[in-house]
Amino acid sequence: MAVQIAETLVAGDAPDRNAPNYKPDLERIEIELLLEGVFRQYGFDFRAYAYASIRRRLWKRIEEEGLKSVSSLQERVLHDPQMMEKLLLDLSINVTAMFRDPGFYMTFRQHVVPLLRTYPFIRIWHAGCSTGEEVYSLAMLLREEGLYDRARIYATDINEVVLQRAKAGIFPLERMQEYTDNYIRAGGKKSFSEYYTAKYGGALFDQSLTKNVVFSQHNLVTDRSFSEFNVILCRNVLIYFDKTLQSKVHGLFYDSLITFGVLVLGSKETLRFMQHEESYQQIAPPEKIFRKVR
Amino acid sequence: MAFSVVVVGTSWGGLAALSKLLGGLPADFPIPIVVVQHRGKESEHLLRELLQDTTKLTVCEIEDKDPLKACTVHLAPSNYHVLIEQGFVSLTTEDPVRFSRPSIDVMFTSAGDVYRSETIGVVMTGANEDGARGLRHIAQLGGRALVQDPKTAEIPIMPAAAIKAVPKAEVLPLASIAPRLVELCQQANQVARLKTV
Repeated sequence: MAVQIAETLVAGDAPDRNAPNYKPDLERIEIELLLEGVFRQYGFDFRAYAYASIRRRLWKRIEEEGLKSVSSLQERVLHDPQMMEKLLLDLSINVTAMFRDPGFYMTFRQHVVPLLRTYPFIRIWHAGCSTGEEVYSLAMLLREEGLYDRARIYATDINEVVLQRAKAGIFPLERMQEYTDNYIRAGGKKSFSEYYTAKYGGALFDQSLTKNVVFSQHNLVTDRSFSEFNVILCRNVLIYFDKTLQSKVHGLFYDSLITFGVLVLGSKETLRFMQHEESYQQIAPPEKIFRKVR
Repeated sequence: MAFSVVVVGTSWGGLAALSKLLGGLPADFPIPIVVVQHRGKESEHLLRELLQDTTKLTVCEIEDKDPLKACTVHLAPSNYHVLIEQGFVSLTTEDPVRFSRPSIDVMFTSAGDVYRSETIGVVMTGANEDGARGLRHIAQLGGRALVQDPKTAEIPIMPAAAIKAVPKAEVLPLASIAPRLVELCQQANQVARLKTV
């Protein structure tokens, strides 16, 4: 499987766009038309995604299907819902890991957990949760800190397929060593292996970890705020959006956080140049943990 | 024709090579420089600090949507791909390409797509073949391709692969790369001035 992925990517990273007949402006028109068509036909709105990344992923699909142009992909996608499903998986990046960036979880324990202790009930929104690894990580952390029973985690993603996998809670056994290392470095207080059993060809995680988790489809681009939260986590999701859309989603997050609520971004994401930049204070840099102060 | 971006890719031995290259550039070098240096998944700010000590340019580790700036070295963070866009850079966590993230090929390809003949690509020392495809893409789109002479490279595999992929690339000893970049930049300015006159 790993080998197969590596080989498809070899095709994907050097698109066949030879100099003499390559017209970047025309390509941009084609891509905008395709994304407009996808939105109007299927309701998925990728029109304000970061261009270089979306172009790269569209070309990966074009080459895997043996097609020659963005327009030819457009024809296939608009007439064939199954092709749309494939494209949806291409366009939603689902790279994740348990206790990804262990330093972040350590900082969260040290600097956010004490804030959360002051609330009788904690509402957390994990936006763009993908296959759920980071939701389970957060659940473990909260349980170890004695906060799980008064917490509710709303874990959302645009993609129903990954949400089903998140709900199932079965993750690849071969990643458990990596996750165990991450867990230790994240300040884990138990033995990581206590949280899963080898089953169904994978690692089945303790189902009580999702007792207070609600997995639900939510589209950051088109859907509205659905509650007020103490914490919003959205790590390495907004990097796929252009600046205008980033700004819009930050508005959504701002409206969805209580005063003194906490916003968590990916380690290379920033609030710079965002309308709400001044409304937040960064807790414990360099981690991208912000507190809404006004 | 003026250049809009210099993209640099290196791996094993890259710290010494980058120090030499960046150390040889003047503080007012006007073209934004974007560097992919392969490194460990967890390595943090140390590389930036080491490089900053060698150059008068400002070295910064890239954050998502950072604007490309003159007199600045934009360094790819570990564990993210860098994509060049019109005037800024985006990060992605897409799968590693040929086991690398950041991938030189991915960054170079995106630079070529946006800036075409206004791109200068530089491949230096390294123990794998990342960069060769990206440099070819830049060259095909009319950009400049510079490669460190493998004889002066700590590990010759990466520059040798780049030369194989781009036979018309300029092959330069390490010490000559910075002066050549300055020269290309000055020539471009002269041409631009002639055109405005």
